[in-house]
Amino acid sequence: MILNQFLFLSAVLFCIGVYGVLARRNGVLVLASIELMLTAVNINFIAFGAFNHNVAGQVFALFVITIAAAEVGVGLAIVILIFRNRASIALDEVDLMKG
Amino acid sequence: MVAQNVVFGIIAAAMIVAAVKVVTTPNVVRAVLYLVVVLAGAAAQYILLAAEFVFAVQVLVYIGAIVILFLFGTMLTRAPIGRASDLDNDQRWLGAVVGLFLLGILVAVLWDAFGDRHIHFGAVQRTSDVGNAIFGPYLIPFEVVSVLLLAALVGSVALARRD
Repeated sequence: MILNQFLFLSAVLFCIGVYGVLARRNGVLVLASIELMLTAVNINFIAFGAFNHNVAGQVFALFVITIAAAEVGVGLAIVILIFRNRASIALDEVDLMKG
Repeated sequence: MVAQNVVFGIIAAAMIVAAVKVVTTPNVVRAVLYLVVVLAGAAAQYILLAAEFVFAVQVLVYIGAIVILFLFGTMLTRAPIGRASDLDNDQRWLGAVVGLFLLGILVAVLWDAFGDRHIHFGAVQRTSDVGNAIFGPYLIPFEVVSVLLLAALVGSVALARRD
């Protein structure tokens, strides 16, 4: 297996995640797109770990998974708070701080 | 090696189709369920790369816990269960342009940097090696991550609490 097949797969997933963050207006789906990007990063870590025969790739993939869990917890708490205050989670309506 | 490449191709195609569905489907619950397909495909890629412990953690934490959080999030925000027409904003084409531009740059740079260099699997990195690395050279990042998890726990409870 060549290294680039994994890197290309993760590049495609990352770009789909970028599109999702830019194009979705539902808060939960924006968080799901961020998860796509973090998964792409993890595939890169594991692929480079196997390529370099280094266990640090797996260790940092585990750290990324942990931080993704924390990020989703806090992110969904914020989304639920927005929903409670405004009865909608359309992110383009959250413009209170716009000048 | 040929069999591994065939398996890689099948899983990668399923992951890309499901990822596109995550960002385009007009149904919130289905988008979350397509996300499960992407995460399970990533777990299968970890097995192909001989990272068995990360595979187990991916299945337990991502598919077992984070997806449940997402489903709770959709339920608590009373997302429409059927089709909804207002999930996308009107800068969709701009997002597509940015995504394709980024993809072009990434593919060009990656091909330039790594070409067709092969992954040579040497000695298998076992779970005990991962454990020794976490509790050896990476002990301080590990402790920082556990403090971060505690902070996220307290923070999300403080945010979502009614008072």
